[in-house]
Amino acid sequence: MKPHRVYLGVDLGSVSTNLVLLDGDTLKLVKKIYLRTQGQPITALTQGMAQLGKASNWDVLGVGATGSARQLAEVMVGADVTKNEITAHAVAASHEIAVVRTILEIGGQDSKIILLRDGVVTDFAMNTVCAAGTGSFLDQQASRLNIPIEDFGEIALKSGHPVRIAGRCTVFAESDMIHKQQLGHGLPDILAGLCTAMVRNYLNNVGKGKEIADPIVFQGGVAANQGMRKAFKEALSMDVHVPEHFDVMGALGAAILSKEFIARGNQSHFLGFSMAESTYQTTSFECEDCPNHCEIINIIKDGRSIAIWGSRCGKFAIKQEMKLEDIPVVV
Amino acid sequence: MGNCYIALEALLLEMGHEVIVPPTCTKRTLNLGTKYSPESACLPLKINIGNFLEAIELGAEGIIMAGGSGPCRFGYYAEVQREILTDLCKDIEIIVLEPPKENFPKFRAQLSRLFATKGIRSFTRGAQFAWEKLKVAESLEQITHVSRPREAIQGQTSQALEGALWRLRSTSTVRGIRELGQLECDHIRSLAVRAGNPLKIGIVGEIYTVLEPFVNLDLEERLGHLGVEIKRTINLVEWIKHHLILNSLRLYKDDFLRQKAKGYLRGFVGGHGLESVAHAVMLAEEKYDGVIHILPFTCMPEIVAQSVLSHVSYDFKIPIMSLVVDEHTGEAGFQTRIEAFVDLLERNCKEEKQIDETTSCLSGS
Repeated sequence: MKPHRVYLGVDLGSVSTNLVLLDGDTLKLVKKIYLRTQGQPITALTQGMAQLGKASNWDVLGVGATGSARQLAEVMVGADVTKNEITAHAVAASHEIAVVRTILEIGGQDSKIILLRDGVVTDFAMNTVCAAGTGSFLDQQASRLNIPIEDFGEIALKSGHPVRIAGRCTVFAESDMIHKQQLGHGLPDILAGLCTAMVRNYLNNVGKGKEIADPIVFQGGVAANQGMRKAFKEALSMDVHVPEHFDVMGALGAAILSKEFIARGNQSHFLGFSMAESTYQTTSFECEDCPNHCEIINIIKDGRSIAIWGSRCGKFAIKQEMKLEDIPVVV
Repeated sequence: MGNCYIALEALLLEMGHEVIVPPTCTKRTLNLGTKYSPESACLPLKINIGNFLEAIELGAEGIIMAGGSGPCRFGYYAEVQREILTDLCKDIEIIVLEPPKENFPKFRAQLSRLFATKGIRSFTRGAQFAWEKLKVAESLEQITHVSRPREAIQGQTSQALEGALWRLRSTSTVRGIRELGQLECDHIRSLAVRAGNPLKIGIVGEIYTVLEPFVNLDLEERLGHLGVEIKRTINLVEWIKHHLILNSLRLYKDDFLRQKAKGYLRGFVGGHGLESVAHAVMLAEEKYDGVIHILPFTCMPEIVAQSVLSHVSYDFKIPIMSLVVDEHTGEAGFQTRIEAFVDLLERNCKEEKQIDETTSCLSGS
């Protein structure tokens, strides 16, 4: 069978690890994998790659990496393009709807708003001081209330009178939720109230002073939550579009960017799906050569350092032109 | 604060004092500072406290601190710091230099304590050294802003700057300083080898965060390595000219800034709030691609500026990003924001070029 020509996008995030394969010609999604990172990005990535590799016979033309562990993903899979999440999300959304003007994105650990005009990012903001109102918080509350996160949205939709919950900070939101529970409010009302509070918090912090114009795209893991979709629609009094692959938009964007990179005549550095068979190890230590006390992280593949980072002065950095014996020995 | 220690060291040495330069700011400085400072104070205070404590460990017996007036809290930082150090039972003398125009006799009295050892003549000579060194240090830095995005090997420029500043510190004649300045400037300039038209970003904001690389997480270097040429709108040479010399003679006028900020801010809001707004307008007029506004968390004057800047951004169609730093700032998030901002500007630029091309095509046909 002729191998399927595809572009690979990897989004190694704090909560989820997403991999997508896009058709080499049409850029249609042919395969996607959504895994929980569970604090172990290396395991998640190797698992995902192994699954992809087994699924079919692929000819990978280019690879893009994004997400908070994009650097790690880059050295592990040999990414051609390593881009920040904001750019990746914007690229993916405008691929989906060319005329998109506002992107609301709520992920595991951060939330962002991206404004585009005529297909160009003109402004963006990320949550700054507090992580209130991100996916992790919803996760945490769902498990506290003993409901699966997947059912969260549906239950919230049943609410008739959402309660008002203080949403400024997760700690206060939680105490307020408990308070409302103790007063006897029903679960749907509390969940719907939580969604409204999160949306209010998002619009007041991340979206402060931003001109939110339609078409609006809502993406990121939290977009799965129907309660949140409804709360956004109500707060903005505008239609909010959730793309089909809302949960892997970062990876999708990275794959598209890798196509642009290859189209400029560059060679791919993809290391192959066999990378999943290697063993990876990380070691870390605190360098005490100066008072900065940098935490140095060493990524080892099959007993050989492939990346060492974390130092401010850069003395451990592995450069491409280095020979094996020149690579610093880090214990 | 940035490289102004080089100048102050020269001045005080000449006046016959033994000078202890606190070690370069590190995580330890920050930890010490955060531990002993009020939580809601701004980052510069915390770093200062850290610096003081590290200097005391090295045997410092006296501290010279600047005072100030106006809405910015910096005005009473010297007194707060004195209290903190007293509470820590540090036996140390703190000389606070308040702005001369507030209380000239007091200023003179404080200053004369510093002359006591060697007399006024040493002050003029010291001041000359300090001035020359400061001028060299700043022009060196300004050249790195141009060279860094064009260097052949990443990190070369920063390394050259470090070496140059080190040599500048140990030079002790005016002629020597000038010659060294010339030589090093040429050297750093020669590192700019790559052709091309990099993006240009202006940096505005609170003076301490703009000038101290540890506090702004090496913002200038990060941008340089992303291939961006920057312009720092605040520099010490100008600041000293305007605020220390002309202002104390009551000759300094901020009319120019007010003129630029017209329609946005009517006057002084403390710190560098007015400057931030006026400079952002100027950068927009000079057709810079973008502006980065950097401020410490809870900085009042810059918060005023921040809310005004969104209007500047809208009116002039220039992207402005505000970065807030404090001891909790994460490096990863910081880098992500900078990268995304640079991407935004790059795509903007491409778009503009395309529009130019299509319009020229249209007019051609």
